[in-house]
Amino acid sequence: MFTPAAKAMAEKLGLKMGRANLDEFAAALQELAKANPNIIAVTSDSRGSGKLAPFGQALPKQLVEVGIAEQNLVGITAGLAACGKKSFGVSPACFLTARSLEQIKNDVCYSDVPATLVGISAGVSYGALGSTHHSLHDLATLRAINNLTIIVPADNFETREAIRAAAKAVHPFFIRFGKAATYDLHRPETKFAVGQAITLRDGKDFAFIGTGETVVHCLLAAAQLAERGLNGRVLSLHTVKPLDAETILKAGRECKAIITVEEHSVHGGLGEACAAALLQAGVSVPFRIVGIPDEDTVTGTQADIFRHYGISMEGLATLATKLMSPIRPM
Amino acid sequence: MSKITDHELELKSVRLRKKTLEAIFEAGAGHTGGGLSCMDILNVLYNRILRVSPETISDPNRDRYVQSKGHSVEALYAVLADRGFFPESELKSICRYQSPFVGHPTRHIPGIEMNTGALGHGLPIGVGMAIAGKMNNAPYRVFTLLGDGELAEGSNWEAAMAAAHYDLDNLTAIIDHNTLQISGHTHDVMSNEPLDEKWRAFGWAVKTVNGHDFTELTDALSKPAAAGKPTCIIANTVKGRGVSFMENTAKWHHGVPSEAELKQALSELDAAEAKLKEVAR
Repeated sequence: MFTPAAKAMAEKLGLKMGRANLDEFAAALQELAKANPNIIAVTSDSRGSGKLAPFGQALPKQLVEVGIAEQNLVGITAGLAACGKKSFGVSPACFLTARSLEQIKNDVCYSDVPATLVGISAGVSYGALGSTHHSLHDLATLRAINNLTIIVPADNFETREAIRAAAKAVHPFFIRFGKAATYDLHRPETKFAVGQAITLRDGKDFAFIGTGETVVHCLLAAAQLAERGLNGRVLSLHTVKPLDAETILKAGRECKAIITVEEHSVHGGLGEACAAALLQAGVSVPFRIVGIPDEDTVTGTQADIFRHYGISMEGLATLATKLMSPIRPM
Repeated sequence: MSKITDHELELKSVRLRKKTLEAIFEAGAGHTGGGLSCMDILNVLYNRILRVSPETISDPNRDRYVQSKGHSVEALYAVLADRGFFPESELKSICRYQSPFVGHPTRHIPGIEMNTGALGHGLPIGVGMAIAGKMNNAPYRVFTLLGDGELAEGSNWEAAMAAAHYDLDNLTAIIDHNTLQISGHTHDVMSNEPLDEKWRAFGWAVKTVNGHDFTELTDALSKPAAAGKPTCIIANTVKGRGVSFMENTAKWHHGVPSEAELKQALSELDAAEAKLKEVAR
């Protein structure tokens, strides 16, 4: 995922490699479920890929297996939630949010039950398995559905906090993340609040607004640019909906350029959400959306795909430099 | 629940069929044929089977009813109004601008458990509710009403498999088997027979009843058909039941009566009501 230069920069910043957000999720859910017998995990032959085998062994009565049947997974998750359970439907994001979109819309969001849907191995986590297994559409489709909080955590801390918030919520949540180990990005004193972006680095020359596992690349790029005298802002916009428009507009007004970064199609995700917020507030600023372009996604690991589309320290630093130069790219 | 006789139920069904037709006429929209076909099932459920009332609608141990064939909501609204969940006068607001009474069930309406309308959703939800009941050792039962055309939705069969896998004898699926759907006969659109063998093969206990016979419906719905198995009740019904020109006619799936047709339908139902009252004397 990281070039030697990026790794060196991470080291310079004092970043420690954590575990996969997937592992953090499984541990956090098990801990919560141990204390609250009403918490139920629902899986579609996904307890292995969801790292929930230990959960199933420790709390067998709190795990419902539905087999390879994602529509049923979401319907059952909704039915459990309607009858007093705090249910978490866990399935690969690609299947969960495409095949069961209507169940998410009607059974969960429209019916307003306190269910959480967890999209595992999201974005391009499955890498070379190909586009059938990528979820590059989920933020776009789910953002258009009323009554759903959407969280894309950047690291273990954000993942843990998102799961805790979902466990307390009385309305629907969708949380998605990948399965590769991530750097820990936050200081111990950092506070997490649903709907509030976290500022990882301050500056006014440019702003990276990232979500999920792209945020670390934003941070590394900003650090590299700082060595060249450009001081940029890095925001971890973990909550894609409701959008923290205030922080986005502040960045738009204070910074000379904005680059949004997401592990999602460039259509309908974080970037377009930010663009809409800025334009409708009359804030005009050089702006680029970095994500997966509208094409047959290149074959490769998640790291290959990220690098190919410029989601890397090097790629983002280059783009920011170009965007701030007097002759703009593209 | 107070005892209600078959005769009283029959009279109620006729009266509520009239209310359903009037509501659809007022709204200028609705699903007529299926509402009339499931009216007797709904009346048996809400007057004899379901342990739920306006007073107990928040009781965690109440029985759950999820109407998977959400399009027959006008009949459900009429039955819920009759049971006192909201005033009958509300039926006039169905589908009106800003009315909470939408053309498919929503939880905004007292007595409605889940928002349904897209087909193939009620049974998976019912499975989740029944699993929650088993987990809590709760005494409630879960009922869901499906259309027979709706059975073409694959999600039903995912849920059918899961219900048997989890031995959900607290779950009952009722098929409103009127054999017609929007484009014609189910056997022409997408054959689903033999229904009883299909459900049995999926591990369910199956009963076939006359869906307009109050005694048969009551017997079948009163208790699970077998311990450790979900119950499927195939209720043979007549689409458009009670109105001669609507019966067994696919076009009345979502046909809205004209003023003259409403008058004619109501007069037929009035005559049926008078005849029933005559018998009682």
